[in-house]
Amino acid sequence: MNNYEHSVYLDVQKCIGCTTCLRHCPTQAIRIKDGHAVINERRCIDCGECIKICPKKAKKAVCNKLQDMDGFKWKIALPAPTLYGQFENMDDVDYILDGLLKIGFDDVFEVSTAAELVSAYTRIYLKRKDIKKPVISSACPVVLRLICLRFPSLTDNIIPMLPPMEIAAMMARDKAKAEHPELSDEDIGVCFISPCPAKASYVKNGFGSYKSRVDKVISISDIYFQLINAMEHTDNIKSLSKSGMIGIGWASSGGEATALFNDAYLAADGIDNVNRVLDQIENDNIPPLEYIELNACTGGCVGGVLTMQNPFIAKAKLQTLRRYLPVSQNFIPKEQEGEVPADYFFSEMPTYYPISRLSASMSESMRMMSEIQTLRKELPGIDCGACGAPTCQAFAEDVVKGNANLSDCTIMYRSQLLEYLSSKDDTSDGK
Amino acid sequence: MSDLLTFHFDVDGDDFTSAGQASVQIKKNLRQLGIAPDTIRRVSIAMYEGEINMVIHAGGGEADVTVSETYIEIVLKDQGPGIANIEQAMQEGFSTAPDAIRSLGFGAGMGLPNMKRYTDYMNIESEVGVGTTITMRVNI
Ligand SMILES: Nc1ncnc2c1ncn2[C@@H]1O[C@H](COP(=O)(O)OP(=O)(O)OP(=O)(O)O)[C@@H](O)[C@H]1O
Ligand code: SF4
Ligand code: SF4
Ligand SMILES: [Mg+2]
Repeated sequence: MNNYEHSVYLDVQKCIGCTTCLRHCPTQAIRIKDGHAVINERRCIDCGECIKICPKKAKKAVCNKLQDMDGFKWKIALPAPTLYGQFENMDDVDYILDGLLKIGFDDVFEVSTAAELVSAYTRIYLKRKDIKKPVISSACPVVLRLICLRFPSLTDNIIPMLPPMEIAAMMARDKAKAEHPELSDEDIGVCFISPCPAKASYVKNGFGSYKSRVDKVISISDIYFQLINAMEHTDNIKSLSKSGMIGIGWASSGGEATALFNDAYLAADGIDNVNRVLDQIENDNIPPLEYIELNACTGGCVGGVLTMQNPFIAKAKLQTLRRYLPVSQNFIPKEQEGEVPADYFFSEMPTYYPISRLSASMSESMRMMSEIQTLRKELPGIDCGACGAPTCQAFAEDVVKGNANLSDCTIMYRSQLLEYLSSKDDTSDGK
Repeated sequence: MSDLLTFHFDVDGDDFTSAGQASVQIKKNLRQLGIAPDTIRRVSIAMYEGEINMVIHAGGGEADVTVSETYIEIVLKDQGPGIANIEQAMQEGFSTAPDAIRSLGFGAGMGLPNMKRYTDYMNIESEVGVGTTITMRVNI
């Protein structure tokens, strides 16, 4: 987790160092240095809040391009259900899937179909007696990373089951190999059509020792116009979609949890709410719950920063699309109803990564913290951001850790300067 | 300079929406000190319950946390109505929380028992009409 490869980055040319993003980063990962923002890679959770807020569009996400799929003989698109909520007058998912084939994919495999199986297996998993409750969803990669960095005692509440994107990739590969035995593993390229940068980071980094089965990640916003142009509203469209209400429901907050047919759940969305809920779970201050669905983006994945529609409008569109669909169209094989297959699980869960720790030694940490407390009292406490840190507290920590200079605080600098000048005066007076 | 770190929090009794903030803050500080996750959890639960009690039952108060290399001590002090029968208050399920508070999910009578369970030492000093001081320790 130390060398985490991120998808959110800064375009230095565009950044004017305005400090807007500083305050909006939930992990205080941003500082302004030499006139522009700098992201601390160890702290960043790829939530995309800074991309949403930057007035200069200087924060960006690195994703793949469609051309990056060129090297594969058999290209499979894995559309997130969020994609379905991005279009006007859309009454049938098949138009979208057909559009994906027209822009160059050889096959499509809906993530929502895998989501229905994940829901079914989660219902089975929750019946186990040997698991820690409440079980926390593993679907949002921002939440997973946040828990590993900030909520050490909750890492073993995370459901060790792979998220729908991974199950979809696994199934899509198996299907390709069954239908085209001549294809080798390297020939097959799986491309997730993503609502957020965090999924791209997750694919690059894996999770614990688990390596993602997805090869490339393209953002919804990146292929949007190309896809619209390719989509045709003809009558003789091939019937491709195999999603029910449950699968499509995963795109917005609450969809995943309600699919468990269990009242004892909580679904929270938006990074601040997620933080608060995790704090409360850690404090044992929640009613006895079976399942916690957490989405870092407002409204769920429909609120992802790489989408085109307002999250609430997208949600309404998805509701229309779901209305006449069967509850589910994917079922687990009868013989497997008792237990979850082994390949649905992560090979290893990641552990706590103590980023905020001041020093490896407790006595040194205590010394530093007392220094921070003293310094914090001397600082003006107005959290102006001019020093490049989001708060005076964060600045005091930076100074004590040796990452900033006290003179970066304009107010401290001014008083130091005045002190210096008056001492100068004293000596010149004495002359 | 002694090598004890201290943290002070004013727990506002008038603003119920901010109840629980001190325990969130202390959790951050303990993480920075590299305290073991399980210890942090115990401290933050005990602190949280005590903080909520001060807000609900005593109209607010003060919390002081001391960290040494071997223990963490939490002192919660209020000038509320005091607890007439401490033994009774310590029983699971005993609560005098008003209905409005119960509808928010508090008032199960589990706060004090949890504070005792999650700490290595707990002492309650209380005088009716004067106030309550609760001292808890968690060993590191
Ligand atoms: N600081 C305090 N001042 C006065 N009375 C208190 C104080 N703390 C607790 N009490 C009394 O002790 C009782 C039991 O407290 P306890 O925390 O165990 O339960 P609760 O606060 O009523 O419910 P819960 O903590 O489960 O939400 C309270 O109902 C209250 O009468
Ligand atoms: S919001 Fe952040 S990234 Fe954007 S211009 Fe301002 S300082 Fe730079
Ligand atoms: S992506 Fe999120 S965590 Fe990373 S720097 Fe931006 S706001 Fe902070
Ligand atoms: Mg209580």
